Amino acid sequence: MAKNLYQKVWNDHVVRQLDSGQYQLFIALHLIHEVTSPQAFGMLNDKGLSVAYPHRTFATVDHIIPTDDQSRPLADDMAERMIQVLADATEQNNIEFFAPESGSQGIVHVVGPELGLTQPGMTICCGDSHTSTHGAFGCISLGIGTSQVRDVLASQTIAMDPLKVRRIRIEGELSSGVSAKDVILHIIHTLGVNGGVGFAYEYAGSVIENMTMEERMTVCNMSIEGGARCGYINPDETTFEYLKGRERVPQGDAFENEVMKWRSFASDADAQYDDEVIIDAKEIKPTVTWGVTPAQAISIGEVIPDPDLVEGLERNLISDALDYMKLEPNQPIKGTKVDVAFLGSCTNGRLSDFEQVAAVLKGRKVTSSVRAIAVPGSEKVDKAAREKNLHLVFEDAGFEWRKPGCSMCLAMNPDKLIGDETCASSSNRNFIGRQGSPTGRTILMSPLMVAAAAIEGKVADAREVFGLGEL
Amino acid sequence: MKAISKFSGRGVYVEGNDIDTDRIIPARFLKCVTFAELGSSLFYDVRFDEEGNSKGHILDAEQHQGAEILISDVNFGCGSSREHAPQAIQKFGLKAVIADSFAEIFHGNCTTLGIPCVTMEKGAREKLSALVEADPEAEITIDLEGLKIICANNIFDINMKDSAREAFLAATYDPLDNLLAASDEIAAIAAKLGYA
Ligand code: SF4
Repeated sequence: MAKNLYQKVWNDHVVRQLDSGQYQLFIALHLIHEVTSPQAFGMLNDKGLSVAYPHRTFATVDHIIPTDDQSRPLADDMAERMIQVLADATEQNNIEFFAPESGSQGIVHVVGPELGLTQPGMTICCGDSHTSTHGAFGCISLGIGTSQVRDVLASQTIAMDPLKVRRIRIEGELSSGVSAKDVILHIIHTLGVNGGVGFAYEYAGSVIENMTMEERMTVCNMSIEGGARCGYINPDETTFEYLKGRERVPQGDAFENEVMKWRSFASDADAQYDDEVIIDAKEIKPTVTWGVTPAQAISIGEVIPDPDLVEGLERNLISDALDYMKLEPNQPIKGTKVDVAFLGSCTNGRLSDFEQVAAVLKGRKVTSSVRAIAVPGSEKVDKAAREKNLHLVFEDAGFEWRKPGCSMCLAMNPDKLIGDETCASSSNRNFIGRQGSPTGRTILMSPLMVAAAAIEGKVADAREVFGLGEL
Repeated sequence: MKAISKFSGRGVYVEGNDIDTDRIIPARFLKCVTFAELGSSLFYDVRFDEEGNSKGHILDAEQHQGAEILISDVNFGCGSSREHAPQAIQKFGLKAVIADSFAEIFHGNCTTLGIPCVTMEKGAREKLSALVEADPEAEITIDLEGLKIICANNIFDINMKDSAREAFLAATYDPLDNLLAASDEIAAIAAKLGYA
């Protein structure tokens, strides 16, 4: 019978059904970081258990690492302790650790793909909700809690309910100045922050087929923001081309054999889906958030919603969000003052994000009132960007070029908003307090739009600022 | 691990849709290598100002001290997968969450920790929260077996994920022992898929 990718990968990895009705699923690749995983080693110790398949787990540090001075011991004692606990636990358990300055450290969802650890047809887990990123390669990739990290360490399996699959087809061609980030913000806005609960999202259609791997990762990254447990894209020539020659991928004939296997995971042409949504690419404009969830978004030409036009709890949600954001209904979002520009994160901290921005930044300056930082997603991204002298373009324009990490995406390191500053951010969450200040305000947008906001000092249309054609 | 089928406690209603895990436990409190100290940081930024003074949040209201059942609205626990969120809820002293709906990772994390997440329709939830607000001493009994809530002579229908309900009733909500019992099958899959 015809199957979609989710069904094929699921069937491959199911160990058995449990009495509760859940299934026991084998996890092909397990990624861990310093915030959600060290506690799991403690849980294992308490139970006298050891790591069952240490070579299927890889560790990095990303959330708490400073992006200015990374010399050890870190200035923040607790941050130092968290790295050390992870370093010790991985050493004791024979788990490979991509330590700072190893050349491979970085945000876990940047590191997995760039090393080629992430491969089509895998089940992937990490104690981090944006594990959905890896779905770009045709994987079932799931964010899990710490107790499940413990389960994977101890058994290389998790207990899980099966998901339904919704195919989201984006058909047509994106207009110039519209990016992968706009596509996913548009999808979340259309289907809602909990529209995906119970589902895996399969992204398909000509727009997705024409995307590079890095763009596909941006889309899959934010699946969780739409409530979906995971998101994926069928592997194709773009996927194989990306993986070819990567460090942890077989080379030569062995690679060709892998490709044959990988190709077979793609959804069959007549596969069935539990639901399907079709989106016309022409409807997608540069999109920005105005509120405190990623679904509270509008296109750059629109005005901020009016709570008085809706009923019930929805009205409270809008008015509470506007109070927090200190924004007025019925005003254009364009022109909203910004204080900080953040370029980075597992959503948009890859080489192509910096290349794209560098290309428009040449000869332009960040306005003096804006604090702008560019944070590469990994040591490899940093190195590649430096080889192309991109860091100089950013520095000339007035950005600080930082060392890799999660940085201001969640501000567990010193990179934080201060007071009620407003940040134009290429990250994935605009929750209350997300960027480190309980009153800080986040406006999510694409890297191009962040650059435009940095130059103008306010939310701006990148197409106008950079002369990118059609509006 | 013991079976959880029926228990009683007082309730507290924390209003709001899309209450995310950053709100439940702000990221700066994730700097820890154990979960032991998280209880006092639950909902920190909505409960306290920058100097640490109480903002008069409902969780800190005199009449709700000792409440064990948290009631909220739509899409509770969305966002980050941090288990710190349910850990903070549990360490604070809350034993169950009632909402319109839950984000999945949060729901799974709660289940493993033995915190039942039950869903309840809007009308019933509004009535239950009104009862709790009017009489904070009112005892709420959650019956997972019968899928009912009883409070002040009212009976409400509840729902929950079948697999979670089964696991609470059978005392298998922490799945690890069960998972480990299949080590031979796991090894066979690992070998078949070339992951051994
Ligand atoms: S960049 Fe942000 S979203 Fe991504 S892993 Fe780091 S903290 Fe999480």
